Amino acid sequence: MRTKTATMKTRRTINAYGFMAPALILILVFTIIPIIGSLILMFYDYSVLGTTKFIGIKNFVKAFQDRVFLISIKNSVLFVIVVPIIQILSILLAVLVNRNLPGMNVFRTLFYIPVVTSMVAVSIIWGFIFDSNGVINNFLQNAGIISMPLGFLSSKFGAMPCIMFITVWQGLGYYMMMYLAGLQGIPGELCEAARIDGADSLKVFTRIKLPLLKPYIWFCSLNSVISAVGVFDVVFVLTKGGPNNATMVINYYSYTKAFSDFQFGYAAAIGAVQAIVTTLLSITVFAYGKKGGMTNGD
Amino acid sequence: MVIERIRKRRNPKKLFGDIFAYLLLIFIAVICAGPFIWLLLSSLRVGANIYSLDFKLSDFSLENFTGVISYMNLPMYVGNTVIITVAAIVLDVVFSAMCAYPLAMMDFKGKNIIFGTLVATMIIPAAAGMIVNYLIISKLHLLNTFLGVILPSSVKAFSIILMRQAYLGVPKELVEAARIDGAGELRTWAQIMVPGIMPSISTIIIFDFIGNWNSFLWPIIVLQDPNKYPLATALQYLNGSFSYKFGYVAAGTIISIIPVLIVFMVCQKNYIEAVSGAVKG
Repeated sequence: MRTKTATMKTRRTINAYGFMAPALILILVFTIIPIIGSLILMFYDYSVLGTTKFIGIKNFVKAFQDRVFLISIKNSVLFVIVVPIIQILSILLAVLVNRNLPGMNVFRTLFYIPVVTSMVAVSIIWGFIFDSNGVINNFLQNAGIISMPLGFLSSKFGAMPCIMFITVWQGLGYYMMMYLAGLQGIPGELCEAARIDGADSLKVFTRIKLPLLKPYIWFCSLNSVISAVGVFDVVFVLTKGGPNNATMVINYYSYTKAFSDFQFGYAAAIGAVQAIVTTLLSITVFAYGKKGGMTNGD
Repeated sequence: MVIERIRKRRNPKKLFGDIFAYLLLIFIAVICAGPFIWLLLSSLRVGANIYSLDFKLSDFSLENFTGVISYMNLPMYVGNTVIITVAAIVLDVVFSAMCAYPLAMMDFKGKNIIFGTLVATMIIPAAAGMIVNYLIISKLHLLNTFLGVILPSSVKAFSIILMRQAYLGVPKELVEAARIDGAGELRTWAQIMVPGIMPSISTIIIFDFIGNWNSFLWPIIVLQDPNKYPLATALQYLNGSFSYKFGYVAAGTIISIIPVLIVFMVCQKNYIEAVSGAVKG
């Protein structure tokens, strides 16, 4: 009897792995091995040409003497300013579209369109708008407000705010939908009761809605931090890190080291630093969230 | 009564609030959708100053669209994109549906380890493994092939976990009945379980469609031959090399956006529920 159950269990296990094999093999080869591989690669001098050799932490020593790398870290950390901006604006936007007004669905859809559009298309559009001969400059010059075109993307001080603006613009709709789902989960009686007790809309928002949104704020901020440190597409399409490294961010720098200079080991080391920066910032969000009671669990 | 009195007193204030809300909504709508509308109008005109906001009806023509279709060989890029997108969706749906089945319905050794590993891979951004992924694709001699573009990002842990959740909702009696009727695991899966999780499958198809249609970086890395580029990548290439042909770039961009917009509009409800459901799950 025991051997029979044992063979049945073995057969079930074989069956189960048969079902899972194709997916697991693909995930192992293209997700797990690459992650472990980059943890090893960062200790090697590995390029397409030349020999591969173990060099310990030399890639990291090199990184911290690399001026452009240090600029890229500074820029990436600076870029994280977009996180609170996106979160505050999208909460306000969610409150706005949560009103029960005719035609609200049309507005929600319009606000969401930038989210589903490819970053290439988005960057091309804003590239035309921000260009030194672009829509904004053309408009301002025709109106006689400025005589010389403003270099938005081509100026050292303008480029980064433009990249940030585009990121905020594309991200708003996504987080708005998140917060809208959160707001719609709040029982209506709760707000109604507070109103009867004499609370105005502002009080209802700060004392009831905002505290109940905390799990959403926490989740969205964490997501937002991870994608802010990893910002890539918009830089790749519009500025290539320029002008004069003004928009050189860590993810784009790692990419250029790997696929323009073919220094794969060095690029992997930069990637590791990016992961560390992301983790540190995530922990900050996490700790802040714990302190402010952003998780409803406890 | 009390509530009614409060409502009455608030009425003029509420009207003012509604008008203000609409003004704000329209203002934000202009910021969000305005750039797309400007691009559409610009792609439809020739001759005029491309950056001027002064649109005249006489300037309108479809010349940019016919131009970009023949000049840039747009149908070829659309074809590439369709091949890559459809193949990636099919791989993800079939393999994830298979993988999620034992995770939901069977008891076997190593189940918790596999489930935990899948969840862990979801947290790590794909960019982290990009370099080694490139080396693997190159070792497998898949550089410059569609397969090299499709395989790495095809099966997603997210899809597996979503479908596992869906399988748990399929009535147990149906599965028991199929087993009693002597159906093997494969038949039970194909004839009972898969039809039972169709809503989740459609959600995954929408996610995968938008994600794959828009992806442009990995194709640049893997493909050396620009004739194999998908649309978004080709657009980036076109923008870099032919930015003086503004009308063409604008028309190409519009063409690349339209399929995603249609899919989003049609499946909106399903899609948004899935996106916002991620927090609760």
